[in-house]
Amino acid sequence: MIILYSVATLGALGLIYGLVLAFASKKFHVEIDPKIEKIIEELPGANCGACGLAGCAAYAEAIVLHGEDITLCAPGGDSVIKEIASIMGIEASSADRKIAVIYCQSGGKDNTNLRYNYQGISTCKAAVMVANGPNICNYGCVSLNDCIAACKFDALHLDDNGMRVVDKDKCTGCGACGKVCPRALIEMVSKKKRVHILCKSLDKGADARKFCGNKTACIGCMLCVKKCKFDAIRVENNLATIDYEKCVNCGMCADVCPTSAIFDPLKEVRAKKREEAKKKAAAAMKAMAENKATEENK
Amino acid sequence: MGLKTFPGGIHPHHSKKYSENASIEEMTLPKKVVIPLSQHIGAPAKPIVKVGDEVLVGQKIAEAGGFVSISMHSSISGKVSKIGKFHHPAGTMADAIEITGDGEDNWIELVDDSVEDLSIEELKKRISEAGVCGMGGAGFPTHVKLSPPAENPIDTVILNGVECEPYLTADYRIMLENAEEIIAGLKLLMSAVNASKGIIGVEANKPKAINHLKELTKNEPNIKVVGLKVKYPQGAEKQLIYAATKCKVPNKGGLPMAVGVVVQNVATAIAVYEAARYKKPLVERVITISGKIVKDPKNIKARVGTFYQDLLEYCGGTSSEIAKVISGGPMMGFAVPTLETPMTKTSSGVLLFDSKEAHKDDENTCLRCGRCVDVCPMNLVPSLIVNDVKYDDFDGALKYGALDCVKCGSCAYVCPSHIKLIQWIDIAKIKIAEKNRK
Repeated sequence: MIILYSVATLGALGLIYGLVLAFASKKFHVEIDPKIEKIIEELPGANCGACGLAGCAAYAEAIVLHGEDITLCAPGGDSVIKEIASIMGIEASSADRKIAVIYCQSGGKDNTNLRYNYQGISTCKAAVMVANGPNICNYGCVSLNDCIAACKFDALHLDDNGMRVVDKDKCTGCGACGKVCPRALIEMVSKKKRVHILCKSLDKGADARKFCGNKTACIGCMLCVKKCKFDAIRVENNLATIDYEKCVNCGMCADVCPTSAIFDPLKEVRAKKREEAKKKAAAAMKAMAENKATEENK
Repeated sequence: MGLKTFPGGIHPHHSKKYSENASIEEMTLPKKVVIPLSQHIGAPAKPIVKVGDEVLVGQKIAEAGGFVSISMHSSISGKVSKIGKFHHPAGTMADAIEITGDGEDNWIELVDDSVEDLSIEELKKRISEAGVCGMGGAGFPTHVKLSPPAENPIDTVILNGVECEPYLTADYRIMLENAEEIIAGLKLLMSAVNASKGIIGVEANKPKAINHLKELTKNEPNIKVVGLKVKYPQGAEKQLIYAATKCKVPNKGGLPMAVGVVVQNVATAIAVYEAARYKKPLVERVITISGKIVKDPKNIKARVGTFYQDLLEYCGGTSSEIAKVISGGPMMGFAVPTLETPMTKTSSGVLLFDSKEAHKDDENTCLRCGRCVDVCPMNLVPSLIVNDVKYDDFDGALKYGALDCVKCGSCAYVCPSHIKLIQWIDIAKIKIAEKNRK
């Protein structure tokens, strides 16, 4: 008998609550864009915050409702971006992602010309206030690594020479490092762009070259401007800057730069290729000359 | 009864033995001087000479850049050779005028008036024309201090002869050697603001100066010489006022005039006296060159704009390699990157240390021991301000009273974790000031 009563009571309760829930789900129903759910499924679900939003769900919502950039998910990489693009019906690729570029090649352990030995608190923002900073170049990196401390994604590291390098895979382009740099040496540039002028010195050519510990200062010689076929480089205040809108990564400027201030990862490769082509041509010429000689001998 | 003092503070070794018995010497004329346009608090002065102009000693070369500003005068006779950026004793680069001397000492015309006959307006005008600013360190323009708004009547002028910074002995020497002028200057300052009382505050570790001043003011019922407890920062303006009068200057930007007090350095009193009597501009001052490694530590009367290099050469150089140069006292002074730095109207000393004395400790994590709170003379919590600055929260730092900090350095002195609290707080002060300017 007791069993019957219990079953009836629980059954009745279950029925009542079921009805209430059914009513509530009808009455308080919120229309959700199915795209959001789909995007959440595609995102890695790590909730890492690399996109700058609270988590994957927040990012998905931001994409659909506020038109947020779809290339912000660093851990997801290419495949996720493609999936999101197909869900949203737009085109995009991972290369559109912006990453940090550090515009100074000096500032390592051995390649900084020091004005004095800075002994104050270990932060760039304080060092630059003492007689324009410890290094002679008034525009260069002071090597106290505020940017590394500011990076939340472990994307900035010191290499063996004590230089700061950007890990292109980990960098999310959040811009935190650029904000803390008192010399404004870090900018966010599209990952597609390969050629950069790594100098911010406004000093006159001779001074800039003298002050730079790495001897890779831009001296404002205009050679790159003349070489560029796309009108993408401009020299103002003794400093050349690239207009990334116009730059096509050809790297011609890097080839002519006398101080190697212009950085292009493919410069060496191209130089090698050119060398080989030259050798080939020379060999061909030699062969032709020999052929001619043998023919004449005949 | 104990000596008068303030709550908080520290007891650093005073290290005055090197130079306290060296009488003031007048230095030979430097070949070149650099006169910074900003030697004071307030707007920088505006140059009124061009490169190539001939100038006399005491000739005005830069006009005050506003009311809270002072004019600058050439300290040697010669030619203006450059106007541009030079090293500044505050460790920065700042605009300055370089003058190359002609080897002679041709002054502008000075007068010799009886100071009793001067009207208050004429007195203030002469002080402002002479470019006098506080010579203790901060360099607040003196004529501004002497022009309080009508709602803040001044009843007391306090002369600051405390000199609580270790090593420095310049003020001590002038109190022994130029006491008559100090007292005459104090009387002028009192008449300029209609004050009825004059107090000269001296730290108790200078008994000779106290006795000498007491002897000279025997017949002056209005002037009192007060011996103060030996404690740092006894010579900070607000702490001195509290110790001498038990009046508390309000925090959050309160000025001494709020409690009816004006504080001037003893050296400023002499400058005021000379400006009033001779119309002599402030072009020279006494400066202490000291440190264990200085061969012959001295108190030198030198021209404003003289390079530290020249001052050091006059003292015979150093016995071992210099590792650190500090302009000012060791507690509040600035480390400068080069000896090619000119002294200014506010330079009270140049200290030189070898690498052993200038050793650097690495910062550790805050232990939350609270010693900085115990010693802070301004009743702040320095560790909390620093925490905020480290995370770029300057609003938080402001809330904890970063702007009330007088940068005395007591907190950094006692910190067992070697945290350089003042350097961090200084960042907050600069950033907040930048923000306010926007």
